[in-house]
Amino acid sequence: MDAAAALERLRDISSQVRTAVIFERGGQVVGSTLADEEREKRVAEEAERLLAEAERQREPADGGGEFAQLEIALQGGSVFVVRDGDRLIAATTPPEPTVGLVFYDLKSCLRELETPVAPKKRAPAKRKPATRVKKTDAKS
Amino acid sequence: MRSRNVLTGMLLGAGSVAGTVLFRRRLARRRERVDIYFGDGSMVSLTKPDEAEPLLRRARQILELAG
Repeated sequence: MDAAAALERLRDISSQVRTAVIFERGGQVVGSTLADEEREKRVAEEAERLLAEAERQREPADGGGEFAQLEIALQGGSVFVVRDGDRLIAATTPPEPTVGLVFYDLKSCLRELETPVAPKKRAPAKRKPATRVKKTDAKS
Repeated sequence: MRSRNVLTGMLLGAGSVAGTVLFRRRLARRRERVDIYFGDGSMVSLTKPDEAEPLLRRARQILELAG
């Protein structure tokens, strides 16, 4: 599934997500619900910096897992960043969203994006011609 | 008459306590915070202003950009 289709589906299933930007680590935008290219690029950059700061919060003594997701609740709404491999999605919602549901929808969106295209059907293998071994009568 | 006044007072007191609890609970939910989840299942919640402020600032920027 391509990014535009995954975001379209996200909009269909989640009434809480206002805007979303899918990007690669490094800030390269893969897809977005924003109309303005400059704004989507800046959102990806800000989310990338957010991710860097979040990773600094990891407890080094625990060995700590890698960053998975975050929610920042503000008076004006919430910001979510979810990671799946090298791909991330940053999304905004109105205040007091259903956090678990939003995380689930964003993670599903990223996973749908990486669903591989169905592999081409392999050509049927050619049958080897049967080799016949002529039985020879040892007695004759 | 006196017992009625006591009852009214008690009801008013209970009502104001319940109202305060509800108000504080709602206020706490509205407080700005940062929750970070890691792959190993651990979670860090930043509520102190000095810890959370750099991330809150960036999040405000994202909300503004997203419109």
